[in-house]
Order: sequence, then C-alpha cells, then structure tokens
Amino acid sequence: MSKQTYEEPYLNFSIFIKGDRHQVVVLTIRRLWSTSASSSHLAADRKVLKPLRVKGEKMWGFIRQEVGARGLSALVSGKYVQSLRPVAATMRHYSSATKEMTVRDALNSALDEEMAADPNVFIMGEEVGEYQGAYKISKGLLDKYGPERVVDTPITEAGFAGIGVGSAYHGLRPVIEFMTFNFSMQAIDHIINSAAKSNYMSAGQINVPIVFRGPNGPAAGVGAQHSQCYGAWYGAIPGLKVLVPYSSEDARGLLKAAIRDPDPVVFLENELLYGESFPVSAEALDSSFCLPIGKAKIEREGKDITITAFSKMVGYALKAAEILEKEGISAEVINLRSIRPLDRDTINASVRKTNRLVTVEEGFPQHGIGAEICASVVEDSFGYLDAPVERIAGADVPTPYAANLERSAFPQIEDIVRAAKRVCYRSVPMAATA
Amino acid sequence: MASSYFSKSKALIMQNLKSRKFLTLGFVNRTSSVTTSQFPPHLIKTISFPPLPARNYESSSRINSSIAFARCFASVSGGRGAHTATSVSDDVDQFCTESPSQEVDFPGGKVKFTPKLTFTSKTIEERVPCYRVLNENGDLIIDSDSVEISKELAVKMYTDMVTLQVMDTIFYEAQRQGRISFYLTAIGEEAINIASAAALNINDFVFPQYREAGVLLWRGFTLQEFANQLFGNKYDYGKGRQMPIHYGSKKLNYITVASTVATQVPHAVGAAYSMKMEKKDSCTVTYFGDGGSSTGDFHAALNFAAVMEAPVIFFCRNNGWAISTPVRDQFRSDGIVVKGNAYGVPSIRVDGNDVLAVYSAVHQARKMAIQEQTPVLIEALTYRAGHHSTSDDSTKYRSLDEIEWWRGDQNPVKRFRKFIENKGWWSEEAESEHRSNIRKQLSQAIQAAERVEKPSIGDLFSDVYDASPKNLREQESFLRKNIEKHARDYPTDVPL
Repeated sequence: MSKQTYEEPYLNFSIFIKGDRHQVVVLTIRRLWSTSASSSHLAADRKVLKPLRVKGEKMWGFIRQEVGARGLSALVSGKYVQSLRPVAATMRHYSSATKEMTVRDALNSALDEEMAADPNVFIMGEEVGEYQGAYKISKGLLDKYGPERVVDTPITEAGFAGIGVGSAYHGLRPVIEFMTFNFSMQAIDHIINSAAKSNYMSAGQINVPIVFRGPNGPAAGVGAQHSQCYGAWYGAIPGLKVLVPYSSEDARGLLKAAIRDPDPVVFLENELLYGESFPVSAEALDSSFCLPIGKAKIEREGKDITITAFSKMVGYALKAAEILEKEGISAEVINLRSIRPLDRDTINASVRKTNRLVTVEEGFPQHGIGAEICASVVEDSFGYLDAPVERIAGADVPTPYAANLERSAFPQIEDIVRAAKRVCYRSVPMAATA
Repeated sequence: MASSYFSKSKALIMQNLKSRKFLTLGFVNRTSSVTTSQFPPHLIKTISFPPLPARNYESSSRINSSIAFARCFASVSGGRGAHTATSVSDDVDQFCTESPSQEVDFPGGKVKFTPKLTFTSKTIEERVPCYRVLNENGDLIIDSDSVEISKELAVKMYTDMVTLQVMDTIFYEAQRQGRISFYLTAIGEEAINIASAAALNINDFVFPQYREAGVLLWRGFTLQEFANQLFGNKYDYGKGRQMPIHYGSKKLNYITVASTVATQVPHAVGAAYSMKMEKKDSCTVTYFGDGGSSTGDFHAALNFAAVMEAPVIFFCRNNGWAISTPVRDQFRSDGIVVKGNAYGVPSIRVDGNDVLAVYSAVHQARKMAIQEQTPVLIEALTYRAGHHSTSDDSTKYRSLDEIEWWRGDQNPVKRFRKFIENKGWWSEEAESEHRSNIRKQLSQAIQAAERVEKPSIGDLFSDVYDASPKNLREQESFLRKNIEKHARDYPTDVPL
C-alpha cells in the first residue's frame, strides 16, 4: 500500500492506494483561529464515514476535523483511517453538497453575521445605507440593523475615517467602507497615523479594532483615478494588516477574521470579482467560520514553477496554469490572501520545491508586491532558484480609459504564460528579441 | 440626509409619471435615465436632479408651481429658477391670479424668496460678543451669569494654574539646558487648561492637541509622571515611543497626544458617537487652536457631529497665533465661533483668560451635550504668551511689547489671583509657599527622571500589533544576538 501526502497550510491530504482498486483518502482539516472568537461549538473530532465517488470509482473516505489553537502543528494523518468530508476548493470534482455563492453575497453575509454577533460592530461609509451600498455589499443591513449601525456619511473620507478611528478608540468596532480605495488617499493620514500607529505610539493604551474595506485596483474602463492598486502602499506600514481575498470563501473567512481582529485591517476587495460565483463548503457557511490572517493558500499544486498572485490575478494565474499544463509545465499557484503579514514560509517552501518563481500583480511595478516577494525569496532561498524571479505587474503609467489601452496596461493570461515559459527557459527572453 | 431625499423625490416623480403625462417634459426623463445608467455609482457623486417639492401635487401645486414658474423667469431668484420648471405640472399654460407664495420648498426646508440681488457681506459688521465674568481687576461683572464655585474649587483651580505655570517655566529651562530635546508651554492659557478641566467629569474623554497638559494635571497626573514622559525613561507610560509633551493616560481618559494637527477633532466625534450608542452620562472634549480650524478634519468633524448629534464639546483655543501665522492670515471669518454656527452647532465665544467664564461655559456646554445630545463649540479668546515651542523664537515675528502686555495684568493667573485674594481665600504667603513647593518637587522629579534608565530593547518591538508577529520576534532575537556579539557597537546605558 503506497501513500502520498500533501501538506497545505490548513489541510493534510493523504491518499492510500492499494493496487489499482481501493483507494482511501484521508483529509485532516486543521483550523487555526487567529483571534479569540467564539469557537466552543467547533468541538473536537467529528468522525463521519462516507462513501464517495471519485472518477466513477467508489471509495471510502474519512474526515477528521480538528480545532487547534494558534501555532499548533497538524496532526500526522494516515496512522488510522478517519472521517473525511472534502473541502470544496481543493476537491471540486467531488459531488458532495457544495453551494455556489458570489463574492458580493459572501461579504454581505459575513457583515451580517458579525453585526449580529457583536453589537459594537457598525458600518460607516458613503451610500452604505439607503442606497444598499455602492456595490450592494451592505444590502439589507440598514433595514435589519437601523441607521445607528449602518451610517450614511457626508462626502468626506478624511472625516468619516477619522470618526471611525475615534469610535474605535472608545471601544466600537467600525467597518469603514471606501467607495474605492482610490478615495482612501483622502483619509490615508487617519489610516496610517491615527489607526496603524496608535497602539505603538500609545504603548498599548489605545488599540484600534477597525476595518477599512472597499474595492481596490482596476475595474473596467474607469480611468486613472479609479484604478490604482494600494496593496504595496498599505503593505509597507507596521501596525496594519492587509488582506486580499479572491474567492467567496476567502471573502467570508477573511472579512470575519478582520472584524474580529484587534488590530486595524485594510481589506482590499475587487470590483470585478463581486459578481463572480465560487463554490463554498458547508463549513465556510457556518457563522463562526474564520480564516487565519497571514496564511497563503496553494490554489493549485505544481512542481515546475511557482506563480504567486492575489485578488483577481489568482483567477488569471489559474487559467494560465491550465494552459501551461498542456505544454508540459506544471505550475503551482499561490493565492497570497494576505499582503501583510506576507506568508513568506509558504512562498519559500513552494520555491524550494519548484525552483522558479513568477509574481503577478495589477499594481505599479516599482516598489510593488512582487518586489517584496522577490527579495524575500532571494534572502531565504537563493540557492534553490534555477532562474531569476520574474515580476509581472501593471504598466508604469496612470491607467488609460480606452479599452484597448487599458487591456495593454494590465497583465493578461498570455503574459503570465509567456513569463512562466521564460522562467523555464522555454522561450527566447524579451530582451534578446529587442 | 441627501440620499433619503433623493429616494423620496424619486418616488414622487415615479408616482407622478404614472399619474400624469409627464413625458412631454424631457427634463424628468433625462435625469432619471442618468441615475439608472451604467455609470459606476462612485462616478456620480453629486445628484444632478432637479429638486422637487415634497408635497401633494393634487391640490395646491397648480397655484404655487405655476406662480413659481412665472416668478422664476421674472426675477433671477436663487439660480434654481430653471429647475423649478419641473414642479410645474401639466398646467403650464394656466396662470392663476391668487395670492403668491413667499416661500418655496426645497430639499432642506422652506426658504423665503427675495427680489433683491444682494450678497452677504465680506466684512464683519459686528463681531460675536465675548462672554466674560471677571474683569481685569478680578471683580465680578454685575449681572453676569456664572456658576457659583466653592472656595475649595477656586483654590484648587488657582494652585493648579500656578503649578502649570511653574512646571512650564522649569521644563522649558530644562530643554534650554539640553536635558530634554523639546518642550512646549501653555503660558497665557492656564485658565483654559484648568478651568475647562475642572468643569468636566473624569469619565469625559479628552482628545487634546498639545497645549493642554493642564487638563492632565487637574485629573491627577503627577509632576514625576510628566518628567518621566519628557525624559522617555522606563517609567514613561508611552514606553519612550513619543517625543516630549506627547502625554497620554488611559487611566485618566486622556488620549495620547498626536503630532498631526486637528486629527483629534473627528476622533472626538467618533468616540462621542460611541458614547451616544452606549447612552453614557459623559461626553468627549477636544481642543485645537485657531490654526487647527483651517484643516479639513475640523470641518468634516463639525459637520458630521451636527448630523450625528454627537455629544462632543469642541474647544477652540484662539490664541491669535499659529506658530508665526497671525489669525488675519489664517482666516477672514469672525473667528471660529461663526463657523460652529454655520454647521448648525450651538456656539459661544468666551474670554479665555477668565477662569470663571471658561468654567461656566464648559459646565453649561457639558450639560447641553449630554442632555440634548448635541455638539457644542466654545471659542476661547486668549493669547499665546510664550513661544510656539522650544524650536521657536516668537520675537522674530511679533513685538516684545505685545508679548509683555499679555504677560502683564491680562495674564489669567494674575486676574484670578486678584479674585481669590479679594475673597480672602488666598494670600501672599500661600503664594510663595506654593511656588517654592512646586519648584522643589519639579527639580526632584527632573533629577529622578534623568537618572532612571531608558526602556528596554524589547520595547522597540512590542505593541506594533496586539500580538507580536513572527517577523518581529525574529528581528528581536537577531538584534539581541548582535548586541551580545558586538557589545562595543551598542550604547551601554540601554537596558536589554
């Protein structure tokens, strides 16, 4: 009987293969709680024996679910057969009951649940109330919680960010919405000087459990002042946490974690992802579901090259990986999920396995996320690199409006594929053709 | 609020679109199509929608709207003339002869019409008067409203004002001697500091700017605690993180001073909102200067506080100078009191050098803020008798005579001293005893604070986040190893 084990940040996946026929899959799901949120109902092991169909073949699967405190390592699986319930995101082809949910609904449900659970949580921003949210993220919340907890503001980002920070100083847990993070520049003094640095400057006397959220990066045809990505700017600030969800599960889990976190969190969403649907596991639909802050997710396993991405670019990277698969390059796609703290361990472990790295982002290239990842890999895993790190980023120009120009200003799937091939020395480098 | 008016008037339009033949008025169609267009909502920041009277069209609209229509072309009233055309129903051709209305409904309420083309004046005809209780000689002005204060309260206020004055003088000297890096005095504003603090409750959160150390003093911060912060030693509650005079005390509900100007003003509003939600019997108080009233934060905060009906007291110390910028170069309005008025915030101007006036005003303001759940603005006129800070020499931009005059009999400490001496509550002996007492305490505090060691290396890395992250723990252990290995490269007086 042979056994293959895969390790992911919160998942251990082992397949026991006996001959050609019976296979047993053991999944150990390890959940790391990042906060002291309520978790009493997520008890210890739950054993469920379930017959599953994998590619037509019946096999027995077991799920073991374990709740560990922060920092505990996973249980070594495979010693004995345990209950298994597949996690939808990694085992999409399993036909157990997984629902689909748009990112918009994921965010809305996360906000709803957190507001129900804690009366101190309140939402503030332009058009969040009567208009149901500029992008309908806060739909229905005004009716449910009233104008005291869903506050429509006058047009002053500096004003309402400052007011949010002040209310957090006094113990409320505000969720401040910026219509887009481009407008957060009006409020950036409050985000950085009044929120991020307060705990440090006051020596722990003032903590600021605030969340700043809103769409970040380019949408479609909105021009230069509505298309900038702020991941690199906020990612540089000590005292802030910066999260970048991709799928609906990311959106739910990370927003809940952000609201429960005692530190200020900048939550960068993406306007074009709001309408996209993703399957969510039943576990993710639970109201206490929470993802750990600071852990990246390996969306697709691979062995030839590592591609890191966040937000919308994860989708592009996954499509690029499918194209590369046909050409015989097996790409590992990492969904960063968190820019600060950056999961250097996962990235480095992956690079040590594949020896090649391509970073993808939509933001401006200079001083971007890719630069930080590249430096981190060079510091920690230089000897493992077989090729220089390639960074794919947006063009170094303010975003143009015309559709053809805009398309050329941001990474496309073909760009990722070409860069991956260059890194594998499978095509002529661009410099050589110039 | 704007968005709710939008939905009301939109509903009204839809109602009328169904009931009448509005389609001939392209006006309405055009605008409604704009709002339902593909434009991302964040590009439509202003509602370019002609305002409709939110009233019953059926009965009186015929008369009033048609008259409005007629009037709007007869005289240019308010510039909204063209838009009122939509209030005209399909009776455009009917002009009634009944009595004309003197006012019209717009979102925001009714306004009277005027046929006169006049602008509000640029120059201030008459300034808002200044509330005062004591005159320069320390005598009560007849008929002045004020709160009665007891002897204990008066003496405590006076002694704290003297303490503040002496403390400022001695710490300033310490900076000049090179013992601390920076200092900032409140000379000339002792009444504002102490009297306002005395009228507040310990549960009222204070959001200071930087010239309000007296508020902390009143609440019980000791001279030693002040000295510890100035020297940044290990007893400093700020763990040596901040430059001098950036005091903070969670225990005394005094939010740590931040260098950013006027950011504390919206913070105070947010905290007041939190208190409002908790229905607490307390308010927040925030201090800022004449210069701080120019910032965007000030305007947003005042506007917001009025809309939110937050229990916050905005205390403006109008001391005439923002470093070297006199008030004439800061604003052209009648000070800050009219700005509060403009935002719908009840406001008052007081004599900031008059202890009883400040005390009474804050006392009353606190009552209003909590009982009526309203923001209140107090503009205290005073004079910054000292330099802006130890980095400033104000004789470079203002005359010595001016400074000396304000340090003379106008000085709030002297004025209040006359009042309590007249009452027989104070004497020359008490004065000199108190002053020498404070001086002694201060020199002891300074010497002690100087000798105490600085915060340890661990305090470099703590409190960045609620829980220490891995990368900082790694950096700390790396640093410690380095210090061990290369001890001679690191200062010996920094504890590990």
